Amino acid sequence: MNLTDYKDVYVFAEQREGKLQNVALELLGKARELADANQEKVVAMLLGKDIKGLAPTLIEHGADRVMVVDHDLLKDYMTEPYTEAITAIIESEKPSIMLIGATTIGRDLGPRVSARNRTGLTADATKLEISDDEAHEFRMTRPAFGGNLMATILCKNHRPQMSTVRPGVMQKMAADKGRKGEVVDFKVNFDEKKIARVKLVKTVKEEKTVADISEAKILVSGGRGVGTKDGFGKLQALAAELGGEVSSSRAMVDAGVMDASRQVGQTGKTVRPALYMACGISGAIQHLAGMEESELIIAINKDKFAPIFQVADLGIVGDLHKIVPMLTERLKTMQK
Amino acid sequence: MNIVVCIKQVPDTTEVKINPQTGTLIREGVPSIMNPDDKGGLEFALQLKDKYGAHVTVITMGLPQAEAILREALAMGVDRAILLTDRKLGGADTLATSSAIAGALRTMDVDLIVTGRQAIDGDTAQVGPQIAEHLDLPQVSYMEDLLYNEATKTFTIRKQLEDGYQVLEMQAPCVVTALASAVQPRYMSVSGIVDAFDKEVEVWGADRINVPDEEIGKAGSPTSVFKSFPKQLKPAGQTFEVSPEEAVELIVNKLKEKHII
Amino acid sequence: MDFSYTKQEELFLQMIREFAEKEVKPLAAEVDEEERFPEETVAKMAKIGLMGIPVPKQYGGAGGTNLMYGMAVEELSRVCATTGVILSAHTSLCVAPIMENGTEEQKQRYLPKLASGEWIGAFGLTEPNAGTDAAGQQTTAVLDGDEWVLNGSKIFITNGSYAHVFIVIAMTDKSLGTKGISAFIVEKTDPGFSIGKKEKKMGIRGSATTELIFEDCRIPKDRQLGQLGKGFGLAMKTLDGGRIGIACQALGIAQGAMDETVKYTKERKQFGRSIAQFQNTQFQMADLETKVQAARLLCRSAHYKKDHGIPYSADAAMAKLFSAETAMEVTTKAVQFHGGYGYTREYPVERMMRDAKITEIYEGTSEVQRMVIAGKLFK
Repeated sequence: MNLTDYKDVYVFAEQREGKLQNVALELLGKARELADANQEKVVAMLLGKDIKGLAPTLIEHGADRVMVVDHDLLKDYMTEPYTEAITAIIESEKPSIMLIGATTIGRDLGPRVSARNRTGLTADATKLEISDDEAHEFRMTRPAFGGNLMATILCKNHRPQMSTVRPGVMQKMAADKGRKGEVVDFKVNFDEKKIARVKLVKTVKEEKTVADISEAKILVSGGRGVGTKDGFGKLQALAAELGGEVSSSRAMVDAGVMDASRQVGQTGKTVRPALYMACGISGAIQHLAGMEESELIIAINKDKFAPIFQVADLGIVGDLHKIVPMLTERLKTMQK
Repeated sequence: MNIVVCIKQVPDTTEVKINPQTGTLIREGVPSIMNPDDKGGLEFALQLKDKYGAHVTVITMGLPQAEAILREALAMGVDRAILLTDRKLGGADTLATSSAIAGALRTMDVDLIVTGRQAIDGDTAQVGPQIAEHLDLPQVSYMEDLLYNEATKTFTIRKQLEDGYQVLEMQAPCVVTALASAVQPRYMSVSGIVDAFDKEVEVWGADRINVPDEEIGKAGSPTSVFKSFPKQLKPAGQTFEVSPEEAVELIVNKLKEKHII
Repeated sequence: MDFSYTKQEELFLQMIREFAEKEVKPLAAEVDEEERFPEETVAKMAKIGLMGIPVPKQYGGAGGTNLMYGMAVEELSRVCATTGVILSAHTSLCVAPIMENGTEEQKQRYLPKLASGEWIGAFGLTEPNAGTDAAGQQTTAVLDGDEWVLNGSKIFITNGSYAHVFIVIAMTDKSLGTKGISAFIVEKTDPGFSIGKKEKKMGIRGSATTELIFEDCRIPKDRQLGQLGKGFGLAMKTLDGGRIGIACQALGIAQGAMDETVKYTKERKQFGRSIAQFQNTQFQMADLETKVQAARLLCRSAHYKKDHGIPYSADAAMAKLFSAETAMEVTTKAVQFHGGYGYTREYPVERMMRDAKITEIYEGTSEVQRMVIAGKLFK
């Protein structure tokens, strides 16, 4: 393998039912940065059926070139035809770097492609950079051991250097309607016999009702300061707006306001959501033990000495009964 | 039906601590367990055994002490246990690991290969699909449920998606990667534990798998760890005593900054 | 004996701990509060073979050891003493005497169902006027043709209303004193047998402790267990085994209270530091930890002797005496370490302290254990 034959940063532009996934645009933003560091191009790989119309959006968000593989076999994501298409692009174009969103699709496609092309794949990277020394190494950093440890991975002698990337971590570029780029149709010879080994029967979408608060990504949690079931209604409205769940401290469970299955803390559940909004929770040690590992903690409490502020990323001393409904309204107007 | 379940011994990451000075894992006192997704996969296999009389084999690649999870699997009811262990296999990344395990599987007559979706120490979710690729077998990952159709030798699989699920049909032989959350693994039975130590755990070395040296172990690993370090602790946040209007602004900005909205 | 766990015991511990944490602990407070027999837990225990640990495989058991059975009682009691005693009474007081004294027919009839947990076992010795002085039995059994006819009552019977099989001790010839006592197997469907009142207890409130009533209760002749007139010895030997089970229960309660106290004292801050950092806490806890470990070794050595056919009567008495008194001491101090919270039902040590007390009383009070130990010492 002659490493100098490989160049440019390739992004798998994941779409579902003709709708580009956010992560695709996030990856383009990062790819732009990486490509610029090496004076290379950003190439988006757009696979599907009748999806060419998505190409301009990809260019607006940083792609210099969009390779479109349009085929009936690519209508819904299936492991084998997608692997064959990406492999054909690798063989023909020789990418240096390839980024794929760490979604259920990307985490299925990535390893299959890496094994077929006998190259390395870093999983769920949260940081990607080109080293600023002479080597210009591509460094991929990811959490391991349940997030306790970060590891920086290299793929020195194999190409492409592949990584799946966590959704929501990278920043997408603001859309630039004036950006220019080329759109290329790419033809793939599929191995239909191999593809026929797996058949899609149906895809079912469901609203996930996350009764298990330990699985929820966003929790709006209430304590004594919430008071009554009416108070929790306000929290529920905010949670719905944020796409999260409500949880509570022990005080509210004992008071019969909340179900025990939603209790956070030592005698309840340990949670680690992306956002934990503690409303009217003072933050007894038993409660903190169950939530202090949350990625972002915002606390609203009347008592400025409440211990919850010690662990909060953002603390608001104030009346949740005023702030929470106002915040909900604000988010609603932003949606529109 | 012959089923092979690939399992891994992992440190219980909920109990892992990091030495803040050196940035290394404190492994002392951390219990080793059977990886939860693998255990979920094993339960699916044992259910097929209960229903169709399938013969279930477990295989693990690791250090000799990984025998513990093989005994656990025997106590849960599997028929055969294989420990793939060899210095030559050490230092492997996911690709080299999958090459070695695929090599072992190639020597066996298998209808269904089950792996866990991912291991809690690495969280890569790569080894299952990569094994399938090396063996040129079809695979479905994120399996929540499966049914077997004896007449057509096909599996009907429910695959988890972020916003729902898919139902897929796959011909045997094939590979699935299972989710721990989809199933409640059975407990080892007391009699299973009593018998587990009378059964043989087969120990296989690299010579049993017939894979070129350059495809296994460190030599067969395209990736390498440049460095590892503990996750940065976040600095203490700020607390504001402001009007409700300003408070809403502060919160909205924070949510934007962290890509929550 | 080897003081470390074998690989097999380690695997067993892993299983029973996970089972206790996931299936038993979540119900412990509720079972206590509602004085409810945890039937669903017993069904789960049955499914994985816990109801027949030391029963040989030929009788449908797991073919395990008494050491393993003791570990199971300990680990269950660590999170729920009620669940611990259900297993202990079933195994030590019903399964064991049938295994040790039953005819082949009796073993075939009862052991598979008991070992699978389809049937639960119990043991009836204590009467209103025959507690520690067990020789004063007033329940009588009279042979009438091919049937024994039982009359009288038994009290404080663990598993009473949920059991299917009872080992019942009764007087067959009053003139012979303890040599006129015999043992019988009674099934709950036998005519003339009924369950009396259920006790309201201080602790182990989920275990069904009831009265057994025999009113011309007729059972087939072949239900006699062991030889005629040898019932007193059978009962005493059964209790020897049972005492190790209760010792393991007490040990589990003590260990559970230790776990809770270590956790709490590390978290609870007073005067600016955790109370675990105070030397008073550390020294007291070090003493308690030493006693708990000593109790464990006594329990293990007694079960080891039982497994290996070595006389263990005094060992069982020492294990029970020491474990029970340790459980009482540990739980009392655990409540003290928890302060006001420890006196409330918000923390499990309150329940553990109530549960611990019975271990100094049933299957021979601490005074009886001292008599047994002294009896061996001064014989």
